[in-house]
Amino acid sequence: MVATAHSAPSTTPISITLRVWRQAGPAQPGRFVEYPAKDLNPNMSFLEMLDVVNDGLEGKGEDPIAFAHDCREGICGTCSLVINGKPHGPHKGVASCQTYMRSFANGDVIVVEPFRAKPFPVIKDLVTDRSAFDAIQQAGGFVTVRAGSACDANAIPVPKDDADLAMDAAQCIGCGACVAACKNASAMLFVSAKVSHLGLLPQGQAERDSRVLNMVAKMDELGFGNCTNQYECSAACPKLISHDFIARMNRDYIGASFRQAFKPKSTSTAGGA
Amino acid sequence: MATLDSKIPSGPLADKWRKHKTEIKLVNPANKRKYHVVVVGAGLAGASAAASLADLGYQVTCVVFHDSPRRAHSIAAQGGINAAKNYQNDGDSVYRLFYDTIKGGDYRAREANVHRLAEVSVNIIDQCAALGVPFAREYGGLLANRSFGGAQVSRTFYARGQTGQQLLLGAYSSLSRCVGQNTVKLVTEHEMSDLVVVDGHAKGIITRDLKTGTLHRFAADAVIVATGGYGNVFNLSTYARGSNVTASWRAYKRGACFANPCYTQIHPTCIPVSGDYQSKLTLMSESLRNDGRIWVPKKKEDVKKAPASIPEADRDYFLERIYPSFGNLAPRDVSSRAAKRMCDEGRGVGETGLGVYLDFADAIQRYGKQAAARANLHDPTAEKILELGEAAVAERYGNLFDIYKEITDESAYKQPMRIYPAVHYTMGGLWVDYNLMSNVPGLFVLGEANFSDHGANRLGASALMQGLADGFFVIPYTIGDYLAGQKPGSRPSPEHAAFAAAEKNVADLITKLMSIKGKEPVAYYHKKLGKIMWDHCGMARTKEGLTKGIALIQELRAEFWRNVNVPGSAENMNQALEKACRVADYLELGELMCRDALTREESCGGHFREEYQHPDGECLRDDEKFAHVAAWEFQGEGKEPLRNTEPLNYETVKMSVRSYK
Repeated sequence: MVATAHSAPSTTPISITLRVWRQAGPAQPGRFVEYPAKDLNPNMSFLEMLDVVNDGLEGKGEDPIAFAHDCREGICGTCSLVINGKPHGPHKGVASCQTYMRSFANGDVIVVEPFRAKPFPVIKDLVTDRSAFDAIQQAGGFVTVRAGSACDANAIPVPKDDADLAMDAAQCIGCGACVAACKNASAMLFVSAKVSHLGLLPQGQAERDSRVLNMVAKMDELGFGNCTNQYECSAACPKLISHDFIARMNRDYIGASFRQAFKPKSTSTAGGA
Repeated sequence: MATLDSKIPSGPLADKWRKHKTEIKLVNPANKRKYHVVVVGAGLAGASAAASLADLGYQVTCVVFHDSPRRAHSIAAQGGINAAKNYQNDGDSVYRLFYDTIKGGDYRAREANVHRLAEVSVNIIDQCAALGVPFAREYGGLLANRSFGGAQVSRTFYARGQTGQQLLLGAYSSLSRCVGQNTVKLVTEHEMSDLVVVDGHAKGIITRDLKTGTLHRFAADAVIVATGGYGNVFNLSTYARGSNVTASWRAYKRGACFANPCYTQIHPTCIPVSGDYQSKLTLMSESLRNDGRIWVPKKKEDVKKAPASIPEADRDYFLERIYPSFGNLAPRDVSSRAAKRMCDEGRGVGETGLGVYLDFADAIQRYGKQAAARANLHDPTAEKILELGEAAVAERYGNLFDIYKEITDESAYKQPMRIYPAVHYTMGGLWVDYNLMSNVPGLFVLGEANFSDHGANRLGASALMQGLADGFFVIPYTIGDYLAGQKPGSRPSPEHAAFAAAEKNVADLITKLMSIKGKEPVAYYHKKLGKIMWDHCGMARTKEGLTKGIALIQELRAEFWRNVNVPGSAENMNQALEKACRVADYLELGELMCRDALTREESCGGHFREEYQHPDGECLRDDEKFAHVAAWEFQGEGKEPLRNTEPLNYETVKMSVRSYK
């Protein structure tokens, strides 16, 4: 065992100024409003800091800052803040809820905005509507299996490397930071993660072509932009999902397009007896 | 007094479910499409139920308060899911999983339900693998397993430290398929605010649109509540901030019995509390106990020393010492209480003294040496072993070590984690029969929201199993038994007087909350309630403490209704109002939990009454008096609820003293 000193993190309080986007509703204009936040324990999370500011506002009868949050452990994908211009804040590989005040210095002015993209309209303040992501999943992000019809789980071996890579892609939490980080508001990292997760597994092969074609079509229809290879998406991704999956999706998409164009199709319309 | 007919089928335990499936009523395919089922919640239980029922041909509406069904808190489960596959050839079987779960629950669950759970566990793994859940695999491509608490076999399937996420996304993908094919209507950002009961049957719900504040009516032939547990009554817990009891509580107030509300699970391995601003506690997965060793210093004067400077001889690996056959994998309730005892003795570590060490130094050494041997390194240096060992530990638990680092700013590779028990799960919930139907006909309750399978303590990796069992493999059979007795097309219209009355009930509550305009924010009351619950209805309970807790809650509730401040308007998104509605329900539930804990004069599983213990500090059950389910029935505002009981008949397993020694 390496003898290391028992280092306790600093608890010296800090004070900061928040410059927050306030917008009463989807159709109303928004603006930045400043709030002081004083004597914060640096070990408090960014969202806990917002809680403290909001409790102060509520106690005075003022409308608290609306922000989306739930699990507060980086897995549900609800939290969605742009902190000082960066989706999910200054650190790589974490969500807004995993950002701690120790990342900021006493006296800092911190700018907080919602994820901004045309397909993610603002509902209120820092809360946006990301249902477009669900619509893309509904277009093809699944393997069709009725409950009760599956074969024994070990009947289909999956090479460990494929399973590991599929898991890398499947870690996506659907937060939308990739879209917020992209100048084109492209959703290709998000879509490619699901396409790759299922496309890498034998279970996903039967619907592999229709999946990528339908999900990409829905993504385009909803107004997400195209990828121009800047990779801001993977830099902002709280799960560090690789942009290599975008290349994989493009390959799948081209293959599927060709196969769809040239594939012989059954013309039978016969039913059963 | 409610009638509690458990409807447990007759016959030998192992045949009950098969027999029941052949005997319960069916709904023919042409009639299925005439029935409308509303599913509230889209976690593992809700999403799998909604998809399965839609695939059967029922009209399904799925209502969630989140912006997407993928946000449900099942997503945060880390460690794994149990199944009696016996892929490891280590002697597992349906009976062993059943037995471990019954024993783990301290003989306070229903035998028949638990046996069914163990039976369908194998189907769940098949179903999820087919859905593309990327479970961990061996090099040969077959599924890998690991061990969890309370079991001596390796039956836990996992996907890194994100098993809940992957299973939820699997269920979500099925639900999404149905929504895309228009067989499920998905309603997001709507919170169930009341249950509509017509002629004694659940026939719909009232929801509040959280974006616009408008109230909506959904009429149905049956209602499924799958809205999870109520641990947030403690304010600080491992639950998501949004998890709430409102759907279950409103159903309780419409006549559904609330069973065993005092059975709460305190998970032993969470990151300790650090300050009063804190909004949640973070779990460190039970899977860490496969390799981590839990200890405290033997001597009180060592608690502030750097852990590495405390020699082996001065450490107390207390779980290994007290429970040699299960060691660090003793069940959660047992491990939590042991940690509490160590801290109560003054041997707790960390700034607050409320913490114990979870140490990976031995595992790093062991894995490092194994890896060196595999790589044919002779006489590897200590640094090399450390490097290889840390890499091996990172592969298994890397994401958990990362979370720990983010929160505490400490590296668990270099110094032991500090952990302490925290509220994690609630075994109690709405009472259901074998068909998962509550005592209000037409109201079904699935997953953590019901009470039936975990008794007084849940074993690790069993919550995911139960959620998916209920949704994929139980409700598709059992809902037909109820619907077959309901005439197709007989469901009331949303214009029925019962809908109007329920809607008014919700509107009045909201108006009342908005009009108080007192001095304190909602969070003030939630924190105070949480403190009362933790102090008086937490890991150790007494008659005196519980009685005091009830009085304190009543006082706090009265103050809340006098002095809470809910700003803004009820006609748009108002997160303060959402919180206020939920905390108002917790302020009532907390009292019921204390009442339940007070009347259960025994210790069992997660319910520990200090008056009832063996000399060594273990739970002392009273099977003569308390081998029953306590199902509380609402009697009206301001009136004491009625305690109904359902006896637990153990036909197969002999109730005995639960020992992990």
